[in-house]
Amino acid sequence: MTTLVAVLVDGLIYSSWLFIMAIGLTLIYGVMKILNIAHGSLFALGAYTAASLAGHWFEQGYLPMGSYAIMLLAAILVGIVAGPLLERGLLRFMYGRDEIVLVLVTYATFLILEDFIKLVWGVDPYFLYQPYGLLGSFDIGELTYPNYNLLLLAMSVAIGGILAWTLTRTRYGKILIAVIHDREMAASQGVNVSLVYFVTFTLGAMLGALGGALTAPMISVQPGIGAETIVLAFAVVVIGGLGSLPGAALAALLVGIVRAATIHFRPELDLFSIYFVMAAVLIARPKGLFSAQEARKI
Amino acid sequence: MNTVLRALRPLTTGLFSIAAIIAVVMLAAPSAQASDKPIRIGLVTFLSGPAAGPFGVPARIAAEAIVESLNAGEVPAPYGSIGLSGLPIELVIIDEAGGATKQVAEFRNLVERQKVDFVIGYISSGDCLAIPPVAEELKKLTVLFDCGTPRVFEEASYKYVFRTRPHATMDAVAGARYLLETRPDLKSYAGINQNYAWGQDSWKDWTAVLEVLRPKAKVTTSQMPKFGAGQYGAEISALMRSRPEVIHSSLWGGDLEAFMLQSTPRGLFRRSDLLLIAGEPNLHRLVGNIPDGTIVGARGPHGVFAPKGKLNDWLRRIYKAKTGREPNYPAYSAAQAFLGLKAAYERARLEKVKSAIPMAAVEGVKEGMEQAYQMPNTEEVIAAFENLTFESPSGKVMMKLGKGHQAVQGTAYGTTRTVGGKIIIENIKYYPVEQVQPPEGISSIDWIKGGLKPGRW
Repeated sequence: MTTLVAVLVDGLIYSSWLFIMAIGLTLIYGVMKILNIAHGSLFALGAYTAASLAGHWFEQGYLPMGSYAIMLLAAILVGIVAGPLLERGLLRFMYGRDEIVLVLVTYATFLILEDFIKLVWGVDPYFLYQPYGLLGSFDIGELTYPNYNLLLLAMSVAIGGILAWTLTRTRYGKILIAVIHDREMAASQGVNVSLVYFVTFTLGAMLGALGGALTAPMISVQPGIGAETIVLAFAVVVIGGLGSLPGAALAALLVGIVRAATIHFRPELDLFSIYFVMAAVLIARPKGLFSAQEARKI
Repeated sequence: MNTVLRALRPLTTGLFSIAAIIAVVMLAAPSAQASDKPIRIGLVTFLSGPAAGPFGVPARIAAEAIVESLNAGEVPAPYGSIGLSGLPIELVIIDEAGGATKQVAEFRNLVERQKVDFVIGYISSGDCLAIPPVAEELKKLTVLFDCGTPRVFEEASYKYVFRTRPHATMDAVAGARYLLETRPDLKSYAGINQNYAWGQDSWKDWTAVLEVLRPKAKVTTSQMPKFGAGQYGAEISALMRSRPEVIHSSLWGGDLEAFMLQSTPRGLFRRSDLLLIAGEPNLHRLVGNIPDGTIVGARGPHGVFAPKGKLNDWLRRIYKAKTGREPNYPAYSAAQAFLGLKAAYERARLEKVKSAIPMAAVEGVKEGMEQAYQMPNTEEVIAAFENLTFESPSGKVMMKLGKGHQAVQGTAYGTTRTVGGKIIIENIKYYPVEQVQPPEGISSIDWIKGGLKPGRW
């Protein structure tokens, strides 16, 4: 087995994870122009809820395979509770303000939610390791990979595919694109922009929580995981072009492959790899790989 | 008290009067002082972030239990007196999270606003390097209780700063000695360590020790993921492909747990043995995810390595009463810091009483006794702390390095085995201090490169 194959496989697995982390962030920015720093907290909430619920599931001795459904349920639960609460209870009062104000508001929300998590779950880490090994493993050359990695890969392709199909092939997608292009014009044509925002933010929150739920079996779920995630997700979204779905996919792939290559060939540079990609892309394309053309308003 | 003094005034000279004064002072002191204001100790430990679960919170729980026990006078000998010399202890607890700059501000706050008498704290090596200069500036006696970097006293000299736990050089030295006793023909090894001061220093020490003890062994790969990376897929592949006999790791907390969760199903440890120099605090959480035969240490004979004795039984009992679990090494570090400070404080007090009595006999009983009743000041506690030897739940601790400010102890390593859903440590080997710590006056790295010659202690 050549090192290149190992780089490709490791890179692809990491990319799929990165894409799942970033997709909710880019969706919310694309539609609502909100750089949602609280995405990190939604990720953490998803991980904690999945670890608690699925952990309880295992303790009760229920069918182990059911734990995947519980993880999914945890993500949906966080999305439909936290999403509307944040959007209706806070963000809607901020629409129309400068993007920087919204960044500060979501950052403040992130800090509050981090403490909320500590209040609810404490600081002791939670484990949900069973689902990671439950699906068995596969071999590529001399390396063994858990099939859970394939599940991640499949999830990232499915999420990306469904979102792309929704945006391009459905009526709701066309409405979304209209809102993305010009919120005021869409509203004047009878589009309920407020509802679009509500649905989009809830969906974005759900995707953030799904990222956390899917990551929980691979990590120790503990305070601070949200902060790590938001930095990575932000880097991917910026490289791809803020708000661009294909941009996020390509950026995740690029970062994943470069990081895996660095680890296999020059591990001491691992720390720098993602920022190297970021710097290289932003020098060539300051607004990211797939930045949308902006019409100049007179 | 004035009545007692008046009654004693005629007894001015002679052995009888001195003996009487000593008796009155020693007997009356605890009850007289118990009503005085408590001694405030600032405790700085991680209450949030990745280090909170395995390190910071166990240390806080232990500290609270220790202080309760000290204030109730329930600690076994030689620590049976209440609090510090009869004065109860009051804790002011601060979160260590947030980085060195924040901690410097927090330290100033503790000293200038909270008016603490002493500070005990710091798990992060970065904080342990940042705080001492400020402690010197503010003249506040500070006990570093858990951090490992040898640089604190090897690169500087401090009057107000002590560390009651050995520094990290012993991790690499004892770990390598242990490994080579079971694998004398070691041919290859790899590392996975976090890419910041702790991980880099650990790997640097480890490779330096093996270059001395087993120069034929080759490094197959050195992985340096960032702190908090969480995902180790590619690192595990690189380690698997390089096929080392042993993997050295200083990963700790959540990073260690994530690495173990991801590498065990991939069969990494079917190919390579594992040595975890900071794995002890996480052991109880890794059941089912750590291979039998993993080499584990605790920087000193702490936790499962602690010798049997009344102090060890006491710490285990009070910690277990709070958590239902056995104390891990940060809990032992906390105990060592509080008992070290208590030993120094009470030694300083005793010295004060001793020196006051003859003067009282000559110049006047009242003034002499009043002076004897004064609690020792910071300078006097420092004088008593320097080069102190004191007992702890993990055995004898000697303040022998850093001009008497840095503790030394022997250490131990062992291997894990899972039995009935619990991880036990077996094949424990103890290493005396001269085998694992450099003597005074030479830096750790120079001592290692110079062939690890045992010093005189």
